[in-house]
Amino acid sequence: MTRVLQVLFFVLVVRPVLLVILGMNVRGREHLPEKGPAIIAANHNSHLDTLTLMALFPLKDLHRLRPAAAADYFLSNKWLAWFATNIIGIIPLTRGGVRKNPLADLEAALDRDEILILFPEGSRGEPEQRAEFKRGVAYLAKARPQVPVYPVFMHGLGKALPRGSLVLVPFNCDVIAGAAIRWTGDTGPFMEELEINMNALAAQGQFQPWE
Amino acid sequence: METPDGLSDRVLWAIGAIYALLIAASIVTAILRQRSPGEGTNELSRRVTSWWFMITIFTIAIVTNRIVSTVFLGFMTFLAFKEYISLIQTRRVDRLILLFAYLAIPVQFTFAHMNSYGLFLVFIPVWMFLFFPMAMTLTGKTEGFLRAVGTLSWGLMITVFALSHTAMLLAADDAVAGPAGGAGLLLFLVALTQFNDVAQFTWGKLFGRHKIVPKVSPKKTWEGFLGGLGSTIILAAIAGPFLTPLPFYYAALAGGMIAIAGFLGDITISAFKRDLGVKDSGGLIPGHGGILDRVDSLTYAAPVFYHAMHFFAFSGRI
Repeated sequence: MTRVLQVLFFVLVVRPVLLVILGMNVRGREHLPEKGPAIIAANHNSHLDTLTLMALFPLKDLHRLRPAAAADYFLSNKWLAWFATNIIGIIPLTRGGVRKNPLADLEAALDRDEILILFPEGSRGEPEQRAEFKRGVAYLAKARPQVPVYPVFMHGLGKALPRGSLVLVPFNCDVIAGAAIRWTGDTGPFMEELEINMNALAAQGQFQPWE
Repeated sequence: METPDGLSDRVLWAIGAIYALLIAASIVTAILRQRSPGEGTNELSRRVTSWWFMITIFTIAIVTNRIVSTVFLGFMTFLAFKEYISLIQTRRVDRLILLFAYLAIPVQFTFAHMNSYGLFLVFIPVWMFLFFPMAMTLTGKTEGFLRAVGTLSWGLMITVFALSHTAMLLAADDAVAGPAGGAGLLLFLVALTQFNDVAQFTWGKLFGRHKIVPKVSPKKTWEGFLGGLGSTIILAAIAGPFLTPLPFYYAALAGGMIAIAGFLGDITISAFKRDLGVKDSGGLIPGHGGILDRVDSLTYAAPVFYHAMHFFAFSGRI
């Protein structure tokens, strides 16, 4: 039932909004994984990031996409929690948690051949400004070294719906997907490689600053 | 004979002729592709396929009824303006002001639909021109003020104001619009503008040697421009008496104006894109780029053709 609602939500709401009001320029779509397990690592500007990334995949794979999201925010009230868990399919993460292995749920999802959507910047932060990637993605890659990690750079959604705003203003957004990288055996060099790949993707576009 | 909502049979015949041209283009492309397969002919084939989609969407929009046609033209304008706003540098503080700029589109197209010449002419060049600097002043941020005002005003003019002239043609009074009505005038303008683009491209590919403005648009040549101009004048002289109130010699003149204005619109949008370091304004239409890339010629051709028609033909001066 929730799978039907999820598909309906994407067909009737997300895709029309992305197509008509926002407009997407997607580059490197051919790089995106056709099946899991896989990790998408993207920069984060807006709530729309998750929906946009999910809309890039075929509807039949929708339920296999699992965005990791902060439990304290998305489970804060029961309506949002229902929506986030059932319609978006998030895996809630407890920030600064006390559990033994904070990545256990994500690892389990990868073991179920699902595609994880991660925002290693942690939070949306300042729109259209990159923040340093946190190392969680590296720990996850280390735990599941055979799983490919796909860097994806996004621009524009932070202008359309930045943090703290409820009004959607139309802007075209750019999504630039890159080839997968794999665990290299060391956290530092892995993070460096991811950063270099993200910078290379960002450099494919000619984006004006937004201040 | 007229269809129920006043669409002239002539418009349907003209659309039929366009499809005949399209079929011919598809056949030529298929032959070229067989003779020399490669990225060049693949690109050509993508373009022709996109033409099928664009012409079909335009046909549906124009034959349904005038409200649908106007909404369609307004939506195309929205897409073009959105591409513009997304490419230029904007300020965070102006986010809501940009939303108001979008809202100017339905207002402007409503004035066009009402065929309200005065309101249509002053709304953007006067009222919006005064409104946005005021709104930006009230945000209290002066840093980047001039750039924000300047780029927004020019963007509204070159996309919304310029392209809304297409809806104004459509709304032309039946008494002055000629044998095929406003839809005939719109079809004449759009078909000739797009034909001129293709003709310029083709003549340029075949014979192009002498560049016109190499720093702005290195592929534009005198051979392409003049070949396009000649082809468009000939087509206009044939189609004009059928679709417009103009006799063939004035129609040829109008075709020449459309070809020259279309060329100028094309290179003006090229200059804008080159300044920002982008090749295409978007990726919506395979082989063509964005909407703004497709309507660049119309941003000049539509106002020039409309005002020439308004001054000379609608008023009865010729």
